[in-house]
This record gives sequence, structure tokens and C-alpha cells, in this order.
Amino acid sequence: MIVEFGHYALILALLVALVQAALPLAGAARNNTAWMNVAMPASLLLLALIAIAFLALMRAYVGSDFSVQNVADNSHVLKPLLYKLSGVWGNHEGSLVLWVLILAIFGAAVALFGRNLPATLKARVLSVQAMIASGFLLFMLFTSNPFTRLDPAPLTGADLNPLLQDPGLAFHPPLLYLGYVGFSMTFSFAVAALIEGRVDAAWARWVRPWTLGAWTALTAGIGLGSWWAYYELGWGGWWFWDPVENASFMPWLLGTALLHSALVAEKRDALKSWTVLLAILTFAMSLIGTFLVRSGILTSVHAFATDPTRGLFILALLVVAIGGAFALYAWRAPQLSPGGLFRPVSREGALLLNNLLLATATATVFLGTFYPLFLDALGAGTVSVGPPFYAATFVPLMVPLLLAMGVGPSLAWKRGDLGGALNRLAVAGGISLVAAILVWSLQTGGPFMAGIGFALAVWIAGGVATELATRIGLGRMPLPASLARLVRLPRAALGMTLAHLGLAIAIVGMTGSSAWVEERIAVMRPGDKIELAGYEFRLDGVTRIDGPNYWAFRASFGVIDDNRTVATLRPERRFFRVQRRPTTEAGIRTTGFADLYAVIGDPDGEGGWTVRLYREPLVPWIWAGILAMMAGGLVSLSDRRLRVGAPGRARRALPATENA
Amino acid sequence: MIRVLLVAIALLASAPAFAVEPDEMLADPALEARAREISRDLRCLVCQNQSINDSDAALARDLRLLVRERLLAGDSDEQVIDYVSARYGDFVLLDPPVKPKTWLLWFGPALLLLIASFGVLRYLRRRQNAGAPVPLDATERRRLDALLREVDDSTRSSDAGHTP
Amino acid sequence: MWRRRLLFMLPLAVFGLVAAWFVAGLDPDRNPAAVPSALIDRPAPPFDLAALVEGAPGFSSAELGRDVVLINFFASWCVPCRIEHPLLIDLARTRQVPIYGIVYKDQPDAIKRWLGELGSPYARVLVDPESRTALDFGVYGVPETYVIDREGRVRFRFAGPLDAETVELTLLPLIESLRE
Repeated sequence: MIVEFGHYALILALLVALVQAALPLAGAARNNTAWMNVAMPASLLLLALIAIAFLALMRAYVGSDFSVQNVADNSHVLKPLLYKLSGVWGNHEGSLVLWVLILAIFGAAVALFGRNLPATLKARVLSVQAMIASGFLLFMLFTSNPFTRLDPAPLTGADLNPLLQDPGLAFHPPLLYLGYVGFSMTFSFAVAALIEGRVDAAWARWVRPWTLGAWTALTAGIGLGSWWAYYELGWGGWWFWDPVENASFMPWLLGTALLHSALVAEKRDALKSWTVLLAILTFAMSLIGTFLVRSGILTSVHAFATDPTRGLFILALLVVAIGGAFALYAWRAPQLSPGGLFRPVSREGALLLNNLLLATATATVFLGTFYPLFLDALGAGTVSVGPPFYAATFVPLMVPLLLAMGVGPSLAWKRGDLGGALNRLAVAGGISLVAAILVWSLQTGGPFMAGIGFALAVWIAGGVATELATRIGLGRMPLPASLARLVRLPRAALGMTLAHLGLAIAIVGMTGSSAWVEERIAVMRPGDKIELAGYEFRLDGVTRIDGPNYWAFRASFGVIDDNRTVATLRPERRFFRVQRRPTTEAGIRTTGFADLYAVIGDPDGEGGWTVRLYREPLVPWIWAGILAMMAGGLVSLSDRRLRVGAPGRARRALPATENA
Repeated sequence: MIRVLLVAIALLASAPAFAVEPDEMLADPALEARAREISRDLRCLVCQNQSINDSDAALARDLRLLVRERLLAGDSDEQVIDYVSARYGDFVLLDPPVKPKTWLLWFGPALLLLIASFGVLRYLRRRQNAGAPVPLDATERRRLDALLREVDDSTRSSDAGHTP
Repeated sequence: MWRRRLLFMLPLAVFGLVAAWFVAGLDPDRNPAAVPSALIDRPAPPFDLAALVEGAPGFSSAELGRDVVLINFFASWCVPCRIEHPLLIDLARTRQVPIYGIVYKDQPDAIKRWLGELGSPYARVLVDPESRTALDFGVYGVPETYVIDREGRVRFRFAGPLDAETVELTLLPLIESLRE
């Protein structure tokens, strides 16, 4: 019964969304307040209905109601509760319900908290949001209904893919969707602004929290996915340039460009049509990512389902939403007011360079991901595009970007003094050079890029520190005054510092782990010892254990340094009873500077076990860096100026901004 | 019985759990390192987007052994790769070969960067030329001075650092 | 002014191209995991294999070139092989196409039992102990079927179980044209 309620709720939600898409938009065009005011209650109702649907589905999972096909396909009575809950979104249909739920939450948030938005803009934004929701609801109801019943109901379910029964991966989709849907919000704002015919600093200010929030969530989601891959897949890798990984990376790259471009639009009323274009493109990438995973056009470890009809539907959605937005852009963007001027060497110029490089990088990843499809569709055979391609094209693009990142924040708006900035950065530059040389001379046989990677990370960190020091007047005034300034820094500035620093830390981690991994593969018997990276790894024993829906071999390794056992690693090899797939759980011990990593494989039948041991240097810094970036995003979000009304108090604003 | 089951499960699983086995590894560490490097660039055709280094599949194992065999026979890295791609086609190469059909792939990014850079430079130059401000007249100048005095007053008491 | 407008239309144009590309990718006949054979129109790799049954004649690449032949890689543990088996029997008996079967990663006893149970379409059954010949042919799974012409060149490779449509519409016409 509850399941049927959920089903009806979805249908009603579609109807509400259609109304919300049409009326406020028409109302804004005719200045009909009554119609525009429909948006608020409509978005709240939409949220309520979709929440009902989501909760109904969740209840079916928790109660293991196998008469619901979706539950039967993806769940099992013996599954732990956490995975029954996360199983709701661990499949195609359920994940779509989560998508529209988040969409509805964000729409309601704009409706409730967007009090200082002009009425017409708000109405249009909510209408566009509702259009997107309608698209997804139609898709769900016609091709991917989570509430279809099975008759007769099976006694037990097919269990969730064992790889997904993991705390890290349980939260990976919600975070990613928070990101994708957040960018749908910036998309709605962009389209609404195009319809209005006005993009100004106020608009950029309203868009910023959404962009920040979406970017932070996406960073978290991608980080979580990488971390999961690292400890679950069993050989210490964390990024494989797999098409679905790329599908989440491309919106992240463009989202970063969008964030910075919106900054320029807000501070300097410049790069406005760029910002709008980026907002459309970022959401386009999110949708393309959705398309990729569900349509079967590319092979990937991650792909959800391979169903061309679904693919066709999403493609239609894409064409309508993005094609429509681009058409609108082509028509309206030329009419936007040109905006503030700036010299090429200035903060705006640096940010423009940033955007240029990020956009090119995104295009590169796009090219690599879809090239096999391109060739195949032309009938020209096909190729595989793997990590070597990206190493040769993406990485070199990052070098000028990271160089600019060190200098950019130290340049002034409108007219930057490059000489002065470089002067202040001389120390930072010197240290980076020293770091490069040190790394180069100390490392034994690692790749030459390692030195460059380190140098760039130090350069960015140095740039961040220098900019901060200049801003608080360190050295130019007594220390207490500087510290006072530090404490009173706007949060957005702190956020930027944290985020940039986080990137530098992450780059150190990425460089170190790629360059200096040490590995041993062998067959070991209990009692055997192997030497790796100055430690001795001793296999103490292997026992068989039973879990809720699996059984496993668990090994115990003692890690000995100087005759003292410093760590015990307990890797497992799990065999899931229903889906019959084995998974590995690596045994990892972090020392902050490196990870000791052990994986156990299959027995050789004579008392020996295949074993893989690694020392992964600096990997923890990748996760630390990502956490710092997230923290930076959150700190920026908490800046109170973002919650204050539109900028425009008489004394501060100079009367020079014209609007179209 | 358990052993047969385990071996069967291991054979049927192509989950990326385990790959290079101890008995495949070459005695000479330099050759083994070369083998690994080459394997990293060869695709496991029955898996989804993994190299033969990282896959459990029987085909991956065969190819790993093949690579090592060719290295022992004295082939250079390039010869080994050619040997494998002669049999399995370009699809097996994770490092796409530079052929006319992949020119767009390999040169695309650089080309894009060039075109985009040109575009941006032209945009900037056009803006420079178009934006010469009209000089202010007397009334506007007086208004500007008054406003500047106001701004100076209000910023003296608060921070006058960079706007973030 | 016009040039500026054109520039703003660029995203739409590029998007149109990309969308068309995607539509082509959704073609249900397209299998993104299918690997095109590298041997098409090239001579079959040299091989010299022993027969499954002791004393029976083996088969080598030197013997190619008299007639159009089919080479079929198969195994007893392979379910799709079982599915295509009746088609192969039909091809061999009623259409008079010589099919040579090469065993892929299997035990001789298991194969003998399998063929005993299902019948054998093969003129000869050969063993490939280390899958070396399979590697040389570029085999990446079973079943796979190769058409070799009178000059010993590979003309067609089908990966996966043969179906009636492929046999009637592609395979037989090809064999006929090669026999002329």
C-alpha cells in the first residue's frame, strides 16, 4: 500500500512540476504576480510529494519487501541495515528518486530563502528547476519506475553488488548528486538570467552559494570514490581515467572554472557571458555523465545499466535542456551589457587564463572519453584511450594553470602589477626551485615529473602564504595588528586560502604516490617474512570468518621495524554468498606520510597464499588535501556576506554600473 | 571440494581484485619492471577498462605471460607492443597509436588551446580598444570628488586591504 | 557584428555535433565491447596443432588454401558454444562447409564427453595446449569463428555464438563468393 502511495506521489509530483514549470514563467513574462506566486507553494508541494516517494521506497528496502521489483533486484534479507538504506540509491531507478529529491529540496530552498531575489528572476529560476524535474520524473515514470511490482514476489532478493556494500561507497552517490543537482541550480539561474536579459553582479552573488555548495559536494563525492577505489580494489591505485570517473571529473573542472568566473562577475561585473556559458556547460556535463552511466554506450566498471531506450530518453532530455539553453544563449547573450574592463595582466586576466586552461582540460578529458565512440560511430574501427593519453595531454595543461594559481591571488583587480607580485613571490619561487632540485637528487629512479609536481605544489603553497601575509600586513605592522587582521578576514578569503592550500597538499600526495610506490608480490606461508621499504612483513596466519552475507579469509600480518611490531594489517578476501563475487578488503596502516598496504589473494592449495604488499608514500596527503579543499568550500559558504541582501547600499556602490 | 570451488570462483571472477601472480614474475628485476610497464599499457579485452596488469581474467594472464616471453626472447618494448597489437588490433593498446585516425585525439587538445588562446587575446584586445572612457564633464567631476571623499572617510576606520 | 553573433552560436553548433555522435552511439547493433579483428584480409597465422584424439591427423596452416574453411574456437565449459552448436552441425552437414575446431583452455576428456553428447560438426578437432594459436589469432573469448579463404587469408571473424541470421545473411553468402 505504501509503495502505491509512493507511486501516486511521483505521478502527482510530475503534474505539480509541469504546473510549476509553466505558470511562473508565463507570469514573469506578463508581470502577473498571482501566477509568479504559484512557484513557492508548488515547490514546497513538489518537495513533499517526492519525499513521500523516497520514503516509501526506503521503507520497502528496510522492510525487504521483495514484491517491489527494484528491491528484489538489489537487496537481500541478510544485508546489513546501512546497505539496505544505501541500496535505495545504489541502483538506477532509486538513484533517480534521490536525484529529484535533492532537486526538490534545492528548489524549495530558493523558494523559502530567496527573499531578496527580484520576483521575476525567482519565478523564472523555479520554473526552470521544475522543467528539469519534469524531465526526470517523466524519464522515471516511463522507463525507470522504482515502484513496479513483482507477482509472485520472490522469497529473497538478488543482493546488492558486493562492491557497493561498503561505507565509503554508500555515501558516494548522494554527495555526487548534491554536486550535480547544485549545478542544475546554477543552470536554472543562468537560463533565468538569459530570459530576463540581465546578468549583473547581484545575480553572480546569488549564484555563488549554489556554485560553492555544488563544488564542495562534488569534491567530496569524487574524493570518496577515489578513496574507496584505493582501499577496495586492491592494488593501491586511486584514479584510472575510467569513463565514469571522467564523467564526474568534467563537471568538477568546469565547476571550478564557473566558481572563479562568477567571482569576477560579482566583483567586477565582467566575464558575465562567460559565466553564464560555464553554468550551462557544467550542468551539461552533469547530464552527460548521467547519460554515460546509464545508456551503455561505453564500457566501464562503474556502469549502471546498459539499456539503449533509457539512453535515448536521457539524450532527448539533454537535447531539450542543453540545446534549448545554448539556443537561448546564442540569442540573448550578445545583448548582455559588456561589463568592466581590465588589463590582461590583472586578477581578472589571471582568472580568465584559469578558465581557459580548465575549459581546455575539460575538452581534453571529453575527447579522450568519447573518442572511441566517435571512431566507432564513423565505422573507423576503434581505439582504447587509457592513462597514457591523459598523462601526455592533461598533465601538461595543468602546469601553466598551477603556475598562474601561485601568482593570481597576489594580483590586483583591473590592473595588476606583475613585477611587484613576482617580487613578493620571490621567496616562494626560490623554495619551489630548491624543492624541485632536492626531490630530483634524492629520488632513486622515479619519474622526472615528480620534481615538477613537488615544485608546483610548493609554489602554490608559497603563493598562498605570501598573499595571506600581504593581506594581513605581516611585517609592515606590529604582529598583534596583523593577527587582528587575520581574525577579521572575510571567510571567503580564508576559504580561498584553505582550498588552494588543499590543492597543493593533494598534488604532493598525488605526485608522491605515483612516483615512489614499492611493491612485493609473493606466495607466503604462515610464519614467512618479506622485506619491504625497511620493514619486515610477517604473515602470522589466515583464518576463515563469517560475515552477515559473506564468508572471508582474513590474514594477519605483523609489520616489524627494528624488532618491534609496529602494526598489524588484516586484509580480507570476501566471498558473497548470493552474488558469488569475491572482493578484497586491503589491510592498511597509515603513518601520515605513507601507507603500508597488504592484500591477500587466493590459496595455492598447499598452505601458501598469494600476497601483495605495498608501501604507498604520501597517499594520505591526497585525502588530507581533498578534505582541506572541502573545508575551504564550507568556510567560504559560511561567509555572512553571502546571506546579506543584494549589494547596493547607497554609500558603498559607486553609481557607475549600467544594466542593459 | 572447497579447493575446486575456490579455484572456480577465482577463474570466473573478473573483479579487479588480483593480477600478477608470483609464478608469472620474471627472475630478472629489470625485465620484470619492463614487463610491468608494458602490461600497464595493454588493455584486458574481457574486462571493463583495465590493463592486463590489474586483471584476474585468464586472457590477461595469457597476455602477461606472452609479454614476458617476448622480452626473454630479446624483443624491445616497441616490438613487444607491436607483436600484441598485430594480433589484437589497436583496441588492445591503452596508449592509442598516433595514426591519421587518432590525430584529432592527440593533437586536438593543443589545437584547442591555441584556438582558444587566440580567441581570448582577440577578445581582450577588442575590449581595450573599445573601452576608452569618455572624459567626465565638470558636474560629473564634482560628484566624483564628493563620492571619493566619502569613500575615504568610511574606509579609514575599516580595513583597506584588497577586496577578496 | 555578425561575426560576434556567429561566435555565440558556436556552443549550440558544437553541441549539435556531439548529440548526433551520441545518437549514433546508441545504435542497438553496436557493441562497445566488441573488438574488431586485426587479421582481416591478412594471412592466417602459422600453426601446427595435434589432434584431440590420439592417432588422428592434426592440422596445420600449410594445409590451408585448398578450400574455404571455418575455424571455430570452443570449449565444453562455454555455454554460448552449446547454443551455437546445432548451427555448426547444420553448416557442416547440409551446407558442406569444412569446420575445424580448436579447443580453448579445456581438458581432453571433457571435450570428448561434450562432443559425444552433442555430436561433432568438426572435420578435425585440434588441441592448443598453451593457447598459443588462440593468441596468434587474437582470440579473446569463446566461441569465435573465422572464415579463411583459398589463399589462406582471414576474411571474417565472428565473436560470440553464431545465430541463424548471421549465418544466412553474412556467413553463407561470403563463403559462396569466396568459393567462386
